Amino acid sequence: MLKRVHFGPSALPYLLVLPQILVTVIFFMWPASQALYQSLLVEDPFGLSSKFVWFENFEDLFADPLYWGSFQRTFFFSFLVASLSMGSALLLAVMADRVVKGSGLYRTLLIWPYAVAPAAAGALWFFMFNPTLGILPYILQFMGYDWNHKVNGNEAMALVIFAAAWKQIAYNFLFFLAGLHSIPKSLIEAAAIDGAGPARRFVSIVFPLLSPTTFFLLVINVVYAFFETFGIVDAITSGGPANSTQILVYKVYNDGFVGLDLGGSAAQSVILMGIVIGLTVIQFKFVEKKVSYND
Amino acid sequence: MSILKRIVAPATLAVLVGSTSIVSAATEINWWHAMGGTNGERVNKIADDFNKSQSDYKVVPTFKGNYTETMTSAIAAFRAKKQPHIVQVFEVGTATMMAAKGAVYPVEQLMKDAGERFDTNDFLPAVISYYQTPKGELLSMPFNSSTPVLWYNKDAFKKAGIAKVPATWGEMKDASDKLRGAGYKCGFSFGYQSWVMAENFSAWHNIPMGTEENGFAGLNTKFSFDNAAVKKHWNNLANWTKDGTFKYGGRRGDSLPLFISQECGMWMNSSAYYGSIKSQAKFEFGQSMLPYYKDVVAKPQNSIIGGATLWVLKGQKSDDYKGVAKFMTHLSSPEVQAWWHQGTGYVPITKAAYELSKSQGFYKTSPGTDTAIKQLSLNTPTPSSRGIRFGNFVQIRDVINEEMEAIWSGEKTADVGLADAVKRGDTLLRKFEKANN
Repeated sequence: MLKRVHFGPSALPYLLVLPQILVTVIFFMWPASQALYQSLLVEDPFGLSSKFVWFENFEDLFADPLYWGSFQRTFFFSFLVASLSMGSALLLAVMADRVVKGSGLYRTLLIWPYAVAPAAAGALWFFMFNPTLGILPYILQFMGYDWNHKVNGNEAMALVIFAAAWKQIAYNFLFFLAGLHSIPKSLIEAAAIDGAGPARRFVSIVFPLLSPTTFFLLVINVVYAFFETFGIVDAITSGGPANSTQILVYKVYNDGFVGLDLGGSAAQSVILMGIVIGLTVIQFKFVEKKVSYND
Repeated sequence: MSILKRIVAPATLAVLVGSTSIVSAATEINWWHAMGGTNGERVNKIADDFNKSQSDYKVVPTFKGNYTETMTSAIAAFRAKKQPHIVQVFEVGTATMMAAKGAVYPVEQLMKDAGERFDTNDFLPAVISYYQTPKGELLSMPFNSSTPVLWYNKDAFKKAGIAKVPATWGEMKDASDKLRGAGYKCGFSFGYQSWVMAENFSAWHNIPMGTEENGFAGLNTKFSFDNAAVKKHWNNLANWTKDGTFKYGGRRGDSLPLFISQECGMWMNSSAYYGSIKSQAKFEFGQSMLPYYKDVVAKPQNSIIGGATLWVLKGQKSDDYKGVAKFMTHLSSPEVQAWWHQGTGYVPITKAAYELSKSQGFYKTSPGTDTAIKQLSLNTPTPSSRGIRFGNFVQIRDVINEEMEAIWSGEKTADVGLADAVKRGDTLLRKFEKANN
């Protein structure tokens, strides 16, 4: 027989979760449902006349090659931003972990960029790479390269990827460093005694043991690249030239707030909402179970 | 103590109440605008002067970001019933505002209702024709209007041995070759490319950009700017990017540094860059009319304006609108307009302001500053040159910008880019037609 503990019915737990529920309903559920409703309408900007059109906005989107282009671009962008920022952060963390003297200073300096607002980071890169005024195009010219990201879409894409990745390195660095600290020293020492060099120790021991951190950061970085890079794109390229840096979240803004096409923009944000939900599910499924090093 | 309380407290209270009632006696009129920097200070001065001239109304100008941001925030405010009395909207937003009949208080009607003197004949035809309804009613008050001109570097011209300022595109090419021969990196650049190289290019050559009188006659308008003349021109520009005759430097005014840093000897953009160029250029500069193709038209027609007008939004107390009307009168007075025109490079919107600037000797002391106004009123506007009125044009301009950029980078040929611009533009026109029918 199982021993069961019974609690009498009480309103208290409901009362205690009520504030959280209210916040969620007012700030998340309600706007989300508004977006859902709006995505089924064709409306003039002032809201004076509106027509219910079912899924026409979505049909328009999926029939639009530019929207698919933006989709592809976003995946490409996110993949590169995530791998670039995580790769360099891991390298820096491993190096910083080995520093004995003045490690506090190194770490502080490496964390700095995280405190820079995206728009400010964008402005910084905008000026460094400005084809006419910037210092880097000036230097590149001596090497015989004519940098102009206002015409060349690939250069523009490279620039926003660098800026977005740079911004995220500090955050990744923090987590990797913490992850490295949690690896038992005894394992590494044992490997060293067995004759494994630093590279070998990293590949066989450190990296596998970091995998929960890595996976967590992967999800965070993809979400970051998808949704939080708006400020950087806006400040550096505004989505141009010729749409070459128009990622999904920028298109939502551009169609809704610049173009005043509220229905189309709402439909896009509903799709983005779907992507976030998908990413969250993945995170819960895998991260909560832990990408474990026991099995 | 109690006596003190009895006497002093009510007295203080009375003073307090009195002072607040003085403050609240002036009705506040909110004006949202998109003029940053020096022009923003000028806007504040216009409001200040008006506030000092009378005590019934107080105009409060608020800077709301660039044109797009200002328009979007006013629309959002309207939806939340917190709209300002006056909002500055750029010319491409005109069709959107016109379609919002329930939200807009037509300025001509407003002036009539408030009993303010108002006569559309006082205004320059080239300016107001852009904003009138097919019946001739003026819906918004013109405020800052400009038109693209050809800016050129006089020192560079001297160095390259260019005697005559180019008037045709053939001469543009020759002058660019000479400039490059003299060591300049590029011949010319331009900004607001859809406005300058599509919209104004068409008007200047008296070719329609779309059917239904450029959209003035109906929402069922279709684009037609994929014609032979534009096609030839864009092909030329595309070829000229290869040898440096033309260098693209970004949207809006982003390419100004190319001209200021003397990389390019010529620059085509709004006459309203006069203030910026004057304060930044370390060389002698001049302005001249836009070039044209001799084989397309014998003589150029007239250019069209850009810039913004002030729209009055509905939904405020009816008393407030008297103040709005009074302010509009102040704003369009010859003194204010002449002062605004001479400092900024925007054209004077009334004939009286133009005459006043003439009599003040402004065009003699600053030669070339009347280029814009002369170019705008070169000929009586035709249905193809009075302006454009396309719905969703904010987005369509972006589309045109994108396609042009794809052409400059060589990703698309001029023919393909132009065809795509027309196709994508038409889709947006249909969408607008559907939402506003």
